[in-house]
Amino acid sequence: MRIERLVYRWPGAERSTLEIGALSLASGESLFLYGPSGCGKSTLLSAIAGVVDVPKGAIRLADQDLGALRGGARDRFRVDHVGMIFQVFNLIPWLSALENVLLPCTFSQRRRARAGDDPAGTARRLLDELGLSDPSLASKPASELSVGQQQRVAAARALIGKPDLILADEPTSALDEAAKAAFVDLLARECAEAGTALLFVSHDRSLERHFDRGVDFLALNGSAV
Amino acid sequence: MLGFSLRSLWNRRFVAGLTVLAISLSVALILGVERLRDGARDSFANSASGIDLIVAPRGNSVQILMATVFGVGGTGTGMTWESFEWLEDRPEVAWAVPIQMGDNHRGYPVIGTDGSYFEHFRHSGGQPLSLAEGAFFAGNVADAAVVGAEVAARFGYDLGAVIVNAHGSGEVSFDLHDDAPFTISGVLAPTGTAVDRMVFVTLEGFDTLHAQEDAPLADPLDPAAMPADGHGEDDAHDDHEEQGGHEGTGAGRGHEPDRINAVYVGLIDRTSVLGLQRAVNDRPSDALSAVLPAVALAELWGITGTAERAMRLMAWAVALAGMIGMVVMLSATLDTRRREFAILRSVGATPSRIFALIVTEAAVLTAAGLILGLAVLTVATVVTDPILSARFGLRLGLNIFGARELATLFVIFCAGLLASLIPAVRVYRMTLADGLSVRL
Repeated sequence: MRIERLVYRWPGAERSTLEIGALSLASGESLFLYGPSGCGKSTLLSAIAGVVDVPKGAIRLADQDLGALRGGARDRFRVDHVGMIFQVFNLIPWLSALENVLLPCTFSQRRRARAGDDPAGTARRLLDELGLSDPSLASKPASELSVGQQQRVAAARALIGKPDLILADEPTSALDEAAKAAFVDLLARECAEAGTALLFVSHDRSLERHFDRGVDFLALNGSAV
Repeated sequence: MLGFSLRSLWNRRFVAGLTVLAISLSVALILGVERLRDGARDSFANSASGIDLIVAPRGNSVQILMATVFGVGGTGTGMTWESFEWLEDRPEVAWAVPIQMGDNHRGYPVIGTDGSYFEHFRHSGGQPLSLAEGAFFAGNVADAAVVGAEVAARFGYDLGAVIVNAHGSGEVSFDLHDDAPFTISGVLAPTGTAVDRMVFVTLEGFDTLHAQEDAPLADPLDPAAMPADGHGEDDAHDDHEEQGGHEGTGAGRGHEPDRINAVYVGLIDRTSVLGLQRAVNDRPSDALSAVLPAVALAELWGITGTAERAMRLMAWAVALAGMIGMVVMLSATLDTRRREFAILRSVGATPSRIFALIVTEAAVLTAAGLILGLAVLTVATVVTDPILSARFGLRLGLNIFGARELATLFVIFCAGLLASLIPAVRVYRMTLADGLSVRL
């Protein structure tokens, strides 16, 4: 992933939210992006995920210029190449944990192909590795899982089918200290094993030690001007 | 996508179930109203098939038709036997069947007639009446009675059973003719028409009941009210044999009543019907009306048409309410489902797919409503069929769906899809605006 001269302004806003000179991430690399709340970190993730319109040439992901893709193509491209984990409420409450993990495979051929011959088996293995080895958990509706379990299911969903990049938007903010460290550790290790790049956004600098490198978002933003 | 929609609906099964119920009721109502209407028309048309003209004392043609063919209501004061003979002697008349009415057997109309009724009456597109058991007025016995299939089934009558009739047409009557019982000589096979609900007795037997009561009513100065002489009887009988060939052999006209209520007329050539109608209307000695069953039926449908339209309008209004209910249900949950849509987008669902998800949900709801509606209709038909058939001689039957019903179902289905565009378009806009950032 490469970002060059990314300037983004929300429609109707007076000032640009994002003014980023350059940021790149190699495959398999993990990057910790920290900064206070409300400084535009989530907007950057939205831009990388292709949800907001970005100028042409500003973001390249897996050799594809995101700005050149339109609407539906960006949605398909996203699921093919990017896994996402949010702060809270990552799961569809009425689907089971296993079905939630398999969601990207239902929407993306590439992810399904890369999840192996038996996507459900792969999903179970991922859940197992993330500490949800109890088989009864996999078939439970997501709404019955604890927050920590939900976040791990979300991580498994982001990991399935080996996407090129995982975007994690403060996934640990609802977890306690011990669970936080364990979760980040697991996530970073799984990404490294799958060769997936990880962009982890948080305001909590104590997590930085789990990552290959850390970047201060405030220093990064504004560097395009 | 379908499986996903089903799961999503299952998650909201209570509200979804109510929506399906509302749609199904409207479907059942719409199809039910149509079936009732068609059933009524078929049943009426079937009962009156084969009769070219009904001659009765002057009156409203619909009333005459209802009374003589369906046994509902009555006709005016009786027509004379002379008029019957005059009719029978007309060159264009192939056959004439005398009808007497005004009694009931436990609520079912009693018809006084002779053997020719069973030879000439046609139902359901030209089928003659047939017996399940016994014989038509066997041996010309005055107290013979033939009962319709339904009457026999309802009261468990077998051959030889003795029945007693009552005066009037009400179901409850204290004026029983228990001094003049009848013996059942035959049970008719089911026809699906008003005949199933009728009890047929001989003219003689019918008259025996009324001999005492009716005597004072007859005007001794009126020659028409006097018993017909023996000469007329022979003439009538001869004519009968000449025109009908085999008819009249089993049941000759042994008795001539003073007055009858109506005559079913069959013509040699149907094109002469208007001429005969005019001749009947112009007959000076007796005030008579000649009713063309088809014309009277058309008149009847003209009267009931307004009610039919009102019922149909109501049924479609219920369908509209069902559709609105579905739109409300789909729309009301949109806000709480924003989170869900954002998650779906994050795993690669395009806004169009989420749009399709809503439309699919609506399609599933509507289709379930249609299927349940048909089930409700079938159950309702099975439950009400005996009642409708007993009360009104109406038979709905479990019809296979006609082209028009399929078209109706298709229209409702399309309306459901169309209605779902309202929430679907909202969702489409919402998901585009929300992106992945979820605002709660």
